[in-house]
Amino acid sequence: MAETAAASTFVERAHKVLGNTKLRGNFRRAMDGLMAKRAAQFADIAAWKSLRARGAAAKRRVLARLPELLEQLEANCTANGIKVHWAETTHEANSIVLKILQDHDARTIVKGKSMVSEEMHLNAFLQKHGIEAIESDLGEYIIQLAGEAPSHIVMPCIHKDKGEIAELFTRHIDGQPYTEDVAELTDAARRVLRSRFAAADAGLSGVNFAVAETGTLVLIENEGNGRLSTTLPPLHIAVMGIEKLVETLDDIPPLLSLLPRSATGQSITTYVNMITSPRKPGEKDGPQEVHLVLLDNGRSRVYADNQLRDTLRCIRCGACMNHCPVYARVGGHTYNAVYPGPIGKILTPQLDGIAVAGDLPHACTLCNACVEICPVNIPIADIMVRLRREAVHPSDSPAVMGAGCKHTATEAAVWAGWKKMYASPALYRMGAKMMQRFGNMMPGGMPLLKEWTSVRTRPVFAKKTLHELAKEQGYSDV
Amino acid sequence: MTPASAYPVPPRPATVYYFGTCLVDLFYPDAGLAGMDLLRREGLKVVFPQNQTCCGQPARNTGMYEEARAVARAQFKAFPNPWPIIVPSGSCAGMMRMHYPELFAGEPDQAEAEAFASRVYELTWFLVHVLDIQLKDKGEPLTVTWHGSCHSVREMGVTDEPKELLRRLSNVTLVENPREKECCGFGGTFAVRMPEVSGAMVTDKVASIEGTGAAQMVTGDCGCLMNISGAMAKSGSPVKPRHIAEFLKERTNG
Ligand code: SF4
Repeated sequence: MAETAAASTFVERAHKVLGNTKLRGNFRRAMDGLMAKRAAQFADIAAWKSLRARGAAAKRRVLARLPELLEQLEANCTANGIKVHWAETTHEANSIVLKILQDHDARTIVKGKSMVSEEMHLNAFLQKHGIEAIESDLGEYIIQLAGEAPSHIVMPCIHKDKGEIAELFTRHIDGQPYTEDVAELTDAARRVLRSRFAAADAGLSGVNFAVAETGTLVLIENEGNGRLSTTLPPLHIAVMGIEKLVETLDDIPPLLSLLPRSATGQSITTYVNMITSPRKPGEKDGPQEVHLVLLDNGRSRVYADNQLRDTLRCIRCGACMNHCPVYARVGGHTYNAVYPGPIGKILTPQLDGIAVAGDLPHACTLCNACVEICPVNIPIADIMVRLRREAVHPSDSPAVMGAGCKHTATEAAVWAGWKKMYASPALYRMGAKMMQRFGNMMPGGMPLLKEWTSVRTRPVFAKKTLHELAKEQGYSDV
Repeated sequence: MTPASAYPVPPRPATVYYFGTCLVDLFYPDAGLAGMDLLRREGLKVVFPQNQTCCGQPARNTGMYEEARAVARAQFKAFPNPWPIIVPSGSCAGMMRMHYPELFAGEPDQAEAEAFASRVYELTWFLVHVLDIQLKDKGEPLTVTWHGSCHSVREMGVTDEPKELLRRLSNVTLVENPREKECCGFGGTFAVRMPEVSGAMVTDKVASIEGTGAAQMVTGDCGCLMNISGAMAKSGSPVKPRHIAEFLKERTNG
């Protein structure tokens, strides 16, 4: 029986992907390539470390006084003529966007890439209200045609190969013959999108960095579609999570250097857009109105907790995904969340609650590959462990919704037993004796051993423990 | 070579403690003993407290902090003197050195935990930086490849030390695995919570090791060793998996 994605677990979803050798191969190759490109960009480790320290410090400073800086941003944007809106929930954010669009009689919008709008499930919401939203980022456009969600935050259709894209294009674009020629495919998409840009009533984009000091919205991209979506239509709506803030323009250069190099191994993106106001008198282009929607959606709850707050430093480069050995095997859709990979494993349970995403922090070996490369030095593994703890501890921090909901009496009892044995040396030595004698006779079908032996032989208990050997060899005990 | 880790190289001590780890104790005691023998051969007095058990990592990583602390406290008691504590496993060393301070933050025995943590060293790091051990290779010519454990590399900062030791063996040729730093998929409970994902990872790991053409794979972490050697045995791999302590002792004992 087919199971809905929502009802299935990470393990079940992973099973499907692991059985798909083509998909696995696609991911592995793509991730290998991205890792190599990033490594080439940061060959000078000392330089990388100091740049990372600057990037992390910039984000840390913002998070030290986020509420106050958000107010500064609002004041400066408003002074510049940008209309600022606050949304506590995704529903509120959607309603704000809808209201703005309705006020302008907008029927179609073109979208630049925005993960926050994915978080809001904006497209589906607008569609329900009779407004068509067209993704203009090539990757986003492809998955929109396929009716899928992004599988990566920077490269949303990284799971698809040329053949699949060719097939989608012939099916959805009038008169498009089947071709796997990348240039031709890009051309086809460009043709469709160009006409959409010209006709759109509004453009919607995300924000990479908002500068509190100046009220500037910084947007980086490679295809020019972001620039088109934010300048061609008469109305521009930008949506951003409240953590996408920096204090001053001086913070931008290190972060701009870190983000694309970490993400795709590019020294810089093709376009860096800095939007400070709507079109001014005498200017030839630009929208007549610019709106900024600031989304909370649980972020201030995360912000309230000193340790979890570090999560909000994320600049969404996706490097942690590219370097995650689990992500490389199972792909982004397995996470069943807007943000996949390591950052998703810590962000999703914090935004959506443990009940919804409590299994994600366990989809990790704590190998620290993500921590090693994160350009803003987020202690992802430590936060992962903290969330595992929250999942089984009923009384802890209110920062995490659903804390304790994964607590089971069985697991508690297992760990109580574990503690008893390992906290009392005499008991441990006795237990070890038993293991030596009978451990190798454990039935292969018993839990844990059964899972372990699916691809490995069972570990063999040694005849004598090190405790015994040390004594025999005359090693002193004190 | 200069140490890559964040912590300073201590002076050469007369006496060291040895922390065997629970996996070594039950499954790889010979590897554990080999590490002790190497230290003793360098003229150190090696003390193995019989009251030691486990570093507490499995509990900490599962979010069971109280249980992890209780077990850690048993180690504080078992290792009372201010001697360095040498660990033949990067993962357990990482737990004690890097995570005890945070695990005990705000606890009454925080200072004790921090002092304990600062005495913890991974075996190969200690052999290279503190003892500058010289190795006379008495073995036949052999090609080996190194598997670096994630926790050794990224928590303890032990990156090149074990390879440096292998290079000091004149008859051993070290062949690099381009995927050396990639996780083998063990991750403690991960291997049983997500057996299929873990299985895919270890299968790839074994393939990358075989791809080097080395006759043996050497590693310094018993979690990885158990995972990789189990997968190798199941698939009938021609590569022989080894713990570095046992390997070094064997090559130099004549
Ligand atoms: S957590 Fe770090 S590596 Fe991952 S997307 Fe965010 S900034 Fe990039």
